[in-house]
Amino acid sequence: MADIAVRTGEGAQTVSRPNFLKKTFLKNLPAKIAALPMIATVLVVFIGCTIWTIYYSFTNSKLLPTGKFVGFEQYERLFTANRWNVSVSNLITYGIMSLVLTLALGFLLAVLMDQKIRFESAFRTIMLYPFALSFIVTGLVWQWIMNPTLGIQGAIRSLGWESFTFDWISNPRMVLFALLIAGLWQGVGFCMVLMLAGLRGVDEEIWKAARVDGIPTWRTYLFIVLPMMRGVLITAVVLIGSGIVRLYDLVVALTNGGPGISSEVPAKYVVNYMFSGGNIGQALAAATMMLITVLIIVLPWAYLEFGGKGKRA
Amino acid sequence: MTMTASMTGSAPVSQANEPRGPRPKPFFTPKKIMIYSTLIFFSLYFLFPLYVMVATSFKTMPEIRFGSIFALPNQINFDSWVRAWSTACTGLTCNGLAPGFWNSVKITVPSTIVSIFIAAINGYALVNWRFKGSELFFAVLIFGSFIPYQVMLYPLVMITRELGIFGKLEAVILIHTIFGMPILTLLFRNYFASLPQELFKAARVDGAGFWRIFFEIMLPMSLPIFVVALILQITGIWNDFLFGAVFAGTHNQPMTVQLNNIVNSAQGTPEYNVNMAATVLTGLVPLIVYFVSGKLFVRGVAAGAVKG
Repeated sequence: MADIAVRTGEGAQTVSRPNFLKKTFLKNLPAKIAALPMIATVLVVFIGCTIWTIYYSFTNSKLLPTGKFVGFEQYERLFTANRWNVSVSNLITYGIMSLVLTLALGFLLAVLMDQKIRFESAFRTIMLYPFALSFIVTGLVWQWIMNPTLGIQGAIRSLGWESFTFDWISNPRMVLFALLIAGLWQGVGFCMVLMLAGLRGVDEEIWKAARVDGIPTWRTYLFIVLPMMRGVLITAVVLIGSGIVRLYDLVVALTNGGPGISSEVPAKYVVNYMFSGGNIGQALAAATMMLITVLIIVLPWAYLEFGGKGKRA
Repeated sequence: MTMTASMTGSAPVSQANEPRGPRPKPFFTPKKIMIYSTLIFFSLYFLFPLYVMVATSFKTMPEIRFGSIFALPNQINFDSWVRAWSTACTGLTCNGLAPGFWNSVKITVPSTIVSIFIAAINGYALVNWRFKGSELFFAVLIFGSFIPYQVMLYPLVMITRELGIFGKLEAVILIHTIFGMPILTLLFRNYFASLPQELFKAARVDGAGFWRIFFEIMLPMSLPIFVVALILQITGIWNDFLFGAVFAGTHNQPMTVQLNNIVNSAQGTPEYNVNMAATVLTGLVPLIVYFVSGKLFVRGVAAGAVKG
């Protein structure tokens, strides 16, 4: 192919097909060779593997992905599986609470940090260090702190307050809040850093104008500055949102889905069916549902962000 | 607003009774008290687990059983640390966390180097050697970073199995390189785009090629972004759980996987002091990176995030 391109391409005036091939494949050849890992990642992993997963989610693969095509059967099973429905409803409950509280607390702390305070870098260090830790570490520490007999509950009961109750981690109705405490602990600092960068990016003139007009500081923050930080806000929502959909390690470490199945999440459902449940078709159908969820979050943002330039992503 | 304005505006004169250094503003205004007490409240929330982790790891088991989780340890006692490091049981074997630590080192070092090197070349090619479709590949790459790992997990297991590296270090390194690529490529692309293009053009005119410009001009100039990428990758790969658990195989399990085994699949009565010592040990490497790197860590997480 390259031979033809070289031979006929040299002198040709009109844009012939060999010339086109030459242009496509040989121009910038070192750059293309250097970019091969990226091209392979995009084509094989991000596109290829995703399509593979979607395709095999329509098969009845059990231990190996060799099953035959069964249409939407896996999805019908998925939507009637109690564990999956609990996982999804957990994710929705946890996700909404986590998203709203992370954003609200992140913004509140960023505003406080923006008040020309002393020890700003000390406060920032304290708020952001959990973000550097593994979810496993976070989950295990909070599992210990919330231990009903020896954790906070036990400590306060031993002080004499016998009826004090903080058993969220072992209470099926409260376990999502236990997850929330640990999740916020890890994520709020990061959100604060993003928001603070956004606040610092707002033009000083806006503040002067608001002050001249006699608008109270808190109203300036909420109704003038916040809407101006649209870009940062959208980025934060997309990042926190796609992080929530991926929620896995934290649950494994903190509760391992328990008590019972009351803190199960979709990502864990997929991994369990894939590697220990021996039902690959089911796992892939669940993974496809996760993909659709992320698309619902990311596509509108991608459209707003890149849509104008006519790019697909 | 009138309240706040008068408070901050007329402050320097009114507070004459107690001179506190060069700044004559009153420190204890109601507004300031509100701000600092809220910040301190949240700081306690953020610091409490660190305190509990360290304090518990120094206690003896009777101390834990009969004392309070808030209490300081009676004495600094490193027994639990030694046991967490060398004899705690991680499922089948009882060699402590030490093997996991070295596995994590063996995974993190090459994964960090390979992923950063490839991403640097990607960024360089995307900025200075654009080819047909390069921007589209980049867009899909960034978009791909939002796909949940679980979607690509099984096909990747099959691919690594075909390549004969499943369950070996190479597989984990490959996976970390793949999933680190979007964010790192973005980081390097933005950095190279911010460099003056005249340098590149001058080198081109002088006849330098793709690799020569990369190694002799671009790399020496990109030290700051390399440090940011390094911080991002060391903490990210060290903290990984899923890929280590799936791809590394039982002999190469990273520290996070072994830690989870020590705590969550322990037999018999749980030893909370050993558990917490193991947890501190696992968190130590990213914490050191975090405290040493300071503002660069912030820059790393923000650079990756702000223009995603």
